Amino acid sequence: MSVGAAEPAWAGEVHGVLRRHEVTQVSYVPDAGLSALITCCRMDPAMSLVSLSTEQEGIALAAGAWLGGQRSAVLMQSSGVGNCVNMLSLWRSCGVAGLLIVTMRGQFGEANPWQLPMGQITPEVLRLCGLVTFEVDDAARIVETVEAAATMVFRGGSACAVTIGQRAIGAKAFAPADRTAADGDRP
Amino acid sequence: MTGPGLDRRAVVARLLADRDDDLLVVTGLGSTAWDATAAGDHDATFPLWGAMGGAATIGLGLALAQPARRVLVITGDGEALMGLGSLSTIGRMQPDNLALVVIDNGHYGETGMQPTHTNRGDGGRTDLAAVATACGWLVAVTVTADPQLADAVDAARRQPGPVFVTVAVSADPVPLVLPPRDGHHLAARFRRHLGVAPL
Repeated sequence: MSVGAAEPAWAGEVHGVLRRHEVTQVSYVPDAGLSALITCCRMDPAMSLVSLSTEQEGIALAAGAWLGGQRSAVLMQSSGVGNCVNMLSLWRSCGVAGLLIVTMRGQFGEANPWQLPMGQITPEVLRLCGLVTFEVDDAARIVETVEAAATMVFRGGSACAVTIGQRAIGAKAFAPADRTAADGDRP
Repeated sequence: MTGPGLDRRAVVARLLADRDDDLLVVTGLGSTAWDATAAGDHDATFPLWGAMGGAATIGLGLALAQPARRVLVITGDGEALMGLGSLSTIGRMQPDNLALVVIDNGHYGETGMQPTHTNRGDGGRTDLAAVATACGWLVAVTVTADPQLADAVDAARRQPGPVFVTVAVSADPVPLVLPPRDGHHLAARFRRHLGVAPL
């Protein structure tokens, strides 16, 4: 699904992966890096798109979807992973098959130092919480990694996370001098 | 606090009276889980043993997944306060098959009866039904006396939602009645009840 020439190509393809895996509940706290994917899901009548007031609601929502026989993906920025830690005990204690897609801050080229404390520990936190975690730093590998994770979640029943790094999607620029070679069009 | 308020066990028993297989129940952790179990453990009841603040949103995910069935979340004031933002999320989604009933004793009952923000006697000022109304819930009522309970139970069980009910109950202690605590078992029996095939 095309959302405009300026949007990253992977967004439409990741939406296609979620669609093929029959994901019907997609929840999110927005991140600029997820904007195009959120738009794709919003335009898809087969998906309920749930805007969350905090990321941990997405973990609980996915557990409810699992109980009711539907498939759910939760989209968030790395800062939101910290908000999910205790709620993820629900996935681990109950064997919930859930998929997290996390766009990273606080990494390569980050100009906001307040993003670093969470961004630097995000993959480790996800693993400590029991999620099989794939870190992607190459935009060309985003789609295949989400496909692999979705298969492990929805066919295999393993909770998984995919983190999409700032090398792949660029760092946020607050001022012209913040821009890096890796920076794309991330607002 | 020993004082006015309805008997929580009687309230939850009335909420769950004559339940059929299409009523899906999620409870909070602690007292509301014990209340629901005292009313009769059921494959279609999912009691929390943790994940505080998540009951309402678990109910939302379930309500979206099972639009032809009624989803009833029964939780405590402390648990509801921890997930206050989810009232806003649910108000945005407007699930017509979801009801949330708060069994409000004004205290954190499992940790030594510390007062919550709904506890007027302690300076608490939060009116949960007013919050639900402000978040756009279709129905939001407060029950403080027995004559109001029948209409509130009917709303929670049958009226188009999202329906929010908060019931002021006594903080007197009641016996522990524990549901199974194995989350894999609780989830598997719930899914089996709905005919969801195992992976």
